[in-house]
Parts: sequence; C-alpha cells; structure tokens
Amino acid sequence: MLDRAPQETKDQSVEATRPVAFRGAGFTSGGSRHAGWIALALVIAVWQLAGSSGWVNPLFLPAPSAIAIAIYKLAMSGALWLHLSWSIMRIGTGWIIGTAAGVIVGFAIGLSTMARGVGITFISALFPIPKIALLPLLILWLGIGEEPKIATIALGVFFSTAISVYSGVDAVPRNLIRMAQSFNVPFHAIVRRVIWPGALPSILAGFRITSSVALLLVVSAEMIGAQYGIGAFVLQAGNLMQTDQLLAGVVILSLFGLVVGKLINLLEVRLLHWR
Amino acid sequence: MDLIADHISHRFGALDVLDDVSFQVSSGEVVAIVGPSGCGKSTLLSILGGLLRPSAGAAELRGAPPAGSLNPLTFVFQDFALLPWNTVEENVAFPLLHAALSAGERRAVIDDALRRTGLTDFRAAYPKQLSGGMRQRVGIARALAVRPAILLMDEPLSALDSQTRELLMEDFVGLLADGAMGAVYVTHNLEEAVRLADRVVVLSRRPGRIREIVTIPMTRAERGTADARAPMAVLQGELWSLIRKEAIDAEREVQHA
Repeated sequence: MLDRAPQETKDQSVEATRPVAFRGAGFTSGGSRHAGWIALALVIAVWQLAGSSGWVNPLFLPAPSAIAIAIYKLAMSGALWLHLSWSIMRIGTGWIIGTAAGVIVGFAIGLSTMARGVGITFISALFPIPKIALLPLLILWLGIGEEPKIATIALGVFFSTAISVYSGVDAVPRNLIRMAQSFNVPFHAIVRRVIWPGALPSILAGFRITSSVALLLVVSAEMIGAQYGIGAFVLQAGNLMQTDQLLAGVVILSLFGLVVGKLINLLEVRLLHWR
Repeated sequence: MDLIADHISHRFGALDVLDDVSFQVSSGEVVAIVGPSGCGKSTLLSILGGLLRPSAGAAELRGAPPAGSLNPLTFVFQDFALLPWNTVEENVAFPLLHAALSAGERRAVIDDALRRTGLTDFRAAYPKQLSGGMRQRVGIARALAVRPAILLMDEPLSALDSQTRELLMEDFVGLLADGAMGAVYVTHNLEEAVRLADRVVVLSRRPGRIREIVTIPMTRAERGTADARAPMAVLQGELWSLIRKEAIDAEREVQHA
C-alpha cells in the first residue's frame, strides 16, 4: 500500500524559516512596446527645443517643426506625390523583377546540385559588387531612361533574394522531405507543400533586407540621373542649401521604409502564423 | 504481404554500418530491432522503407499489399515529422492529397484515422499547440490514413516522457491487435520490444550484424496481464544480457568519437 498524505505544512515548533532569495532577475527578452516611441518623442522634443531656442543654426539642423512645414508645403504643392510616385514606380518594378529572378534562381540552387555548383560561384563573385557602381554601364547598355535605374534596383534585390531563398530551402528540415518521400508525394508537391512553406520565414526575412536595398539603390540612382524622385529631390534641396527640404525628403524616405517594414510584418503574421 | 531484408549491407563512405542482415517480417507480424547505439537500426529501417539504397543486398516484398492500401510501407518517425504550418487534419490529409480518392472517401479516411487516434477534437490544432504524445498520435493517424500493410516505426516513443510512452504503447497494442498490420519497430527500449514484438532482432554493434532473433513466447494480449510481468522481465533481462557488453563498448566509442 502507498503511504499517502494530502499536504505537508511547515513545522512551526522548530527553528524560524527565511525565504529563499530570488536570483532569477534580468536576462529576459522583450520589453515595453511604448519605450521606443517615448524615446523617439523625447529626441524630437529636445531637437525642437534646440532649434526654437537658437542653440543650433537652422541651416545646419532645421527644427522638426520646420521639417513638418516643409513636408506640408510639398504635399500641398503636389511635388511630394510627383517625386514619391516616381520613386515607388522604380522601386516597385525593380523589386518585382529582382525578386522574381531571385526566387527562381534561389530555388534552382536549393533544389539542384548542378545549379548549386554554378549558381553559388557566380553569386559569391557578384554579390559583393556595389550595384550602384554598375549604373553607368547599365546606362550605356540600356540607354538614358528608367531602365538602367530599375535594372540597378533589380540587380541589388536579385542577389539578396537568391541567397535568402536558397538558404531557406537548405534550412527546411530534411526529415519533412523524407516524410513526404516516404508517402510517395510527387516532387512538385514536395516543393509546393513542404519546401516553399518551410523556406518562407527565410524568404520573408530576405524581403525585409531587399526592400531596404531597393530604397537605398533608388535614392542613389535618382541622385545620379533623374529629374523626379525622392533621391533627385533630396539632391536638389542639398544643392540649394534648403536643408529643411532635404530633411523632409529624408523623413519621407524613413516613413516609406517604415511602411514597407509594417507591410512585411503583416505578411509574416498572415503567412507565418503557425510559428 | 511480407517484407524481406535480403543480405543487406551498408556503408557510409569508409564506415561499415550494416553487414549482411537478413530477416523477414510476415504479414501481421511485429518485429522489433534492438541493438547498441550506432549499430545501424535506423539505417536498416530506411533501407527497408526505400528511403536509402543499400550498398549490398536488397529490401524485397512478397505478396500483394492488402486491398485499399495506399502506401504499403509507411513510416512513423521518432521526431513525428509533422508539417508545422498545417493543422492536425491537414497533416493527416497530406499523404492523401495525391491519392485517387473522391472528396467523400478522403473525408471518411481522415475522420476514421482521427477517431482511432483520439484526435477528432484536435483536428484544427497546429502541431505547436500539442504535447509530444499528441504530436506522435498525429504521426500515427497520418500513417493509418494510408492503410499500411507494414508500419516502419523508428523509435516512435523515444522523444516522449515515460507516462506518455506507456499510454502510446497501449495505443499501439490496440492498433496491432487485429493483425491487419505488421510492423518493424526500431527501439532502444527493451521493455517496448518485449511488450510489442512477436520477434526481436538483436543487432551487434557497428557494423550491425544479426546476433540473434528472439521469439517472444506470449501473445500481445497475454503480455498486458499482471501474470506476464515476471516472465517479461526475464525476457528483458535475457535481451539485455545479449546487448549489454556491446552497448557499453558502443557508448565508449561514441564518447571518443
């Protein structure tokens, strides 16, 4: 028979007890959701104070209110939408072309040993080249127009995408592929139902990087040769020493990056809800 | 349908893993494979299931699979191998997606597999929401859905805690009770081998050779009774005595590797 008891309470008749000291504080991940926004608001407040009180020359660093006014005027005049729409067109087209090519090549490298042998060598050799350095060559090849700018963005996006896709394919647990094979699931179905969803976290992480790369490259390309676009606008403002306009352009770029980041977050929530 | 290991040998590069292994799993029979760590048990199972080509010898089938079997040799994996982005129901449906079944038939097969494994109420859950035992039940339901002739079970309980292991072992006994399915059951655990198998193939340390094939002299139903505990403990002891020295040597070998 088992010797059973419902509960044991401490014996008060003997020596007094003391609590065990808590030693598990700190070293935990996570934090306040609002801390970042509060810090940003503080920085802007200090910046505004420095501008309004004349501590900083507004030519060197315009106050946030001056930047906000510049953005408002740009929006009202229609110039903001003109520049933004050109930049979005270039980013969108370049990103789609680069992503499509990168996904195809990345999957080919991930799935075929022959494509891996050839592809990785080329990617390793070409990936480190600053793509903006190729713009003059691309202008020579594709003419003066939108094509070389779009091609520069597509090139920059392509390499990062291809790398993130084949890394994602490599990261799909082999046991899942073996499982599918053990049920005689056809190759195309293994790619669609096992490898694609398994590689998706890495592919979406790649999208996050390539959206920044595209933003970086569109500004550089527009600074080199464009009449319209946020990059061209920032360059013109800089040349005319209109630093409030210049920083307005920078803020718009930052907001654009933020919006794209949020869109990718939404995509992750929707597609990677199983994680 | 019988599954035959015919003089199977295998090597990975310069490493001999299996050496001339031959045995047969008859229809409805459960054969356990035990042996020291690294003796090639899982490799042997992969060869038997057609996931690995042996260096010599062959895995062969004799006789027709049972009517309606969609995948006569079906694996149950140690790590469950569930698709984390699919629900329980979708995981069970996964091997049926390309089978020649009508939507109604597919639904009936899935419902039956979920019912037999007690997963009906969990069909919409994702693997991350389930305990280890429930995940393995999904793996078993998925295997049952294709109506296998022989289950190839690669240490299916080794990733689970002892209480869950006990519960799932009872489930296995129930599933194998009618003799409709055979199984090759790879395990480290001699208690599982003695509880479930009709015969136990004992492999030597690497390269794995058959040391002995031990027949368990009781029906599975008898082994569930209190009277069977003592003779089963004796059988376990005998199996352990066959493996013990080599298990110690294999463990030292692994530690030095």
